[in-house]
Amino acid sequence: MERAEEHGHIVPYQTFIKVWLLLLFLTALLVFVSTVFHEALSVAALLTLTPLKAGLVFFYFMHLKYEKPFLKSMVLVALATLTLFIGLIFIDLSFR
Amino acid sequence: MSSIPAMPHPVHKDREGAKLGMWLFLFTEILLFGGLFLLYSAYRAKYPLDFHTGGQHLNTFIGVANTVILLTSSLTVAIAITAIQKGNRKLTMLCLSATIGFAALFLVNKYVEWSEEIRRGIYPNGPALLKLPDGEKIFYGLYYSMTGLHGLHVLAGIVVLSVMLKFVHSNRITSSDFTKLENAGLYWHLVDVIWIFLLPLLYLAA
Repeated sequence: MERAEEHGHIVPYQTFIKVWLLLLFLTALLVFVSTVFHEALSVAALLTLTPLKAGLVFFYFMHLKYEKPFLKSMVLVALATLTLFIGLIFIDLSFR
Repeated sequence: MSSIPAMPHPVHKDREGAKLGMWLFLFTEILLFGGLFLLYSAYRAKYPLDFHTGGQHLNTFIGVANTVILLTSSLTVAIAITAIQKGNRKLTMLCLSATIGFAALFLVNKYVEWSEEIRRGIYPNGPALLKLPDGEKIFYGLYYSMTGLHGLHVLAGIVVLSVMLKFVHSNRITSSDFTKLENAGLYWHLVDVIWIFLLPLLYLAA
């Protein structure tokens, strides 16, 4: 345990390969939906699949899953700030 | 109580602190690109049809191919970190070289893509661009700014990862001291995440 504390969690190769395959699948799905179906569905896919892909990279490739709650909450605050500003922009735009 | 240290401890390495510092830098990067995403959202809301037309004229094939290239380069850098933790230097160096290769391939594709658009007269003050409606001009402006800034990050990534490769080769990065490689990996993954957002915003916008 002490060793793990010092040198970090070792993520198995298989985990990374599974995540990579999932990312490729989600990309294919995103491209498929954007070319075949209608506007509303493409936007819905963009708003769900893209953050999901980014989440997979953050949690697995960037080891966030294995980090301490302190670092996790800092990432959350940074992303929440950006989301808040994007939200405020749309509130502003819709009242012009 | 006792002033005599229990164990000799020649160099103090603060792995947690180093990683925290890297994440803080990444937050500034997220907010830097976030500003451009804000501009994009605001102008797309104002000119939905022009953004739609603009997106149709981009090379979706290159956009998707570059996504696959960057996702794979993220995989190789992640594997390189597990490999160094397990003490497998050879695999680490192989994976880092592959990552640098993928990054270079990404930039080659970008060169091909931009050359084609510039040939069509789509560049700042270009003849074809000036004839387009305002919304499309803004779309292409954002396209060049966002992919250009991202491209610079890819170029910086190549430099950083090459230095890491040299460090692994000269044993400055080892299975017991690999924080530099981890932080370089974090940077590279963020470059990948930004592209994950650029793909649907620019190339799949049509």
